[in-house]
Amino acid sequence: MPQPPLVDRVGAAALGFFEFTGSLATFGFRALVDAFRPPFEFGEIARHVYQFGLRSMPLILIAGFAIGVVLSMHTRATLARFGAEAMIPAGLALALIRETGPLTAGLLVSGRVGAGIGAEIGAMRVTEQIDALEANAVDAFKYLAVTRVIACVIAMPLLTAMMDFGGILGGYVAEAVVSGMPWQLYFERSFTYLEYSDFIPATLKTMVFGYLIGVVASYLGFTTSRGTEGVGEASTRSVVMASILIILSDVILVKIIFFFYPQGPA
Amino acid sequence: MTGSRDPIVRLDHVSKSFGTHRVLDDVTLDIPKGTAFVLLGRSGTGKSVALRHIIGLMRPDAGRILIEGRDIGPLDARGLTEVRKHIGFLFQNAALFDSMTVGENAAFPLRRHTRLSDHEIRDRARQKLADVGLEREFDKMPADLSGGMKKRAALARAMALDPGILLVDEPSAGLDPITSREIDELLVERKRGGTTLVVVTHNIPSARTIGDELALLHDGRLVARGTASELDRDREPLVQAFMRSQGGG
Repeated sequence: MPQPPLVDRVGAAALGFFEFTGSLATFGFRALVDAFRPPFEFGEIARHVYQFGLRSMPLILIAGFAIGVVLSMHTRATLARFGAEAMIPAGLALALIRETGPLTAGLLVSGRVGAGIGAEIGAMRVTEQIDALEANAVDAFKYLAVTRVIACVIAMPLLTAMMDFGGILGGYVAEAVVSGMPWQLYFERSFTYLEYSDFIPATLKTMVFGYLIGVVASYLGFTTSRGTEGVGEASTRSVVMASILIILSDVILVKIIFFFYPQGPA
Repeated sequence: MTGSRDPIVRLDHVSKSFGTHRVLDDVTLDIPKGTAFVLLGRSGTGKSVALRHIIGLMRPDAGRILIEGRDIGPLDARGLTEVRKHIGFLFQNAALFDSMTVGENAAFPLRRHTRLSDHEIRDRARQKLADVGLEREFDKMPADLSGGMKKRAALARAMALDPGILLVDEPSAGLDPITSREIDELLVERKRGGTTLVVVTHNIPSARTIGDELALLHDGRLVARGTASELDRDREPLVQAFMRSQGGG
């Protein structure tokens, strides 16, 4: 069978892209609207916060700790050139809390939770469990998607705070090994230059990351087809798409934060 | 025929296409209250699609679906939810919620749609499971059940709210003849209890056991309708071929 002309293929791909984007945006908007409509499914939300949040904590803490150690080594190597080793705790804390912690937490959660949501809802789709929910007079969209989106939005800032904590702890351990700095001094120097405006906007922006993870993964799960192969694909695509959207949205969110806090940290 | 002639389910000139493939073609069907209606047909002839229309999981391209005289087409999500509370659906692959125990599955509709206490819900779910012979499986996960047990558990869930209408998609699919007969007997019991059954199958012995009335769907159209003995006497070759298949006739 002859291939259609290149223009047709590009056109079809473009149309497919716009259709997908529109459909995803509609899904996300509906999730946002339905989040404020009863019934609120508090039990399901709590269950998902536990699953996504509490069960992600070990991964987040360990990753945060390791990042703290690595950042500490890099910061030391850089600041030592200027004889500013005393600034290591503050530099590390600022880098971690303002950007590295939120972004890394977002990417890790998109991997762990996004893949899980995509696979779980996808499996429910191909085994008719979503239809069974509807047949049982339950709004499957609300029960499955909205609850997961809300849980991701709640869990993300909490996990980010955990990652920040793990990172600062890792930084301290690395610094203590190299320079023997006492922990009181390390933490005092860490927080000297930190302000609420460093912590709060950067941590709250991860609610957007949580929203993106929840929406993308739920959407891909809901639209799963082609049996188990489709479930695997939904899982993988959830991670890839959520990660890309997190990184892209971070650019915009950082710009917005700088707009509201133009001078940055004191 | 055991029920009254008032149609509890009515498909009124229903058509449905997927792409260029017309799955239901101007199908009109009345199902009287309290009867067991069996929709027969080869695989892919639109039987399950018809069932999904009745519970509003699919919307027709043309025509109307009436449940107890009420057109479900214009209903919003809330209206459809109310209608669905009165309809049970036994899926072909059971479709048990695999993150819940068998007991939680049976209790699910009660938790969602009643104000019963937790204790009452558990008692009722146990009773529903006992009705299908699964009282000992209350705390098991669906993955630990055999195909027949899954079907029975799904039947317990579908009957949890004692719906007036029970839709059953391929009750015999994937089951051995003995288990299949057990499921058929459970369905007949439900019919005796006053539930209207709408069963989709291509298993003729099963259809004979369950059905008060049978209809044959072919290429999206109803080609025959009547009791099993009436269809046995039908001279249409397709109907004859079908009724004589799988031990029937």
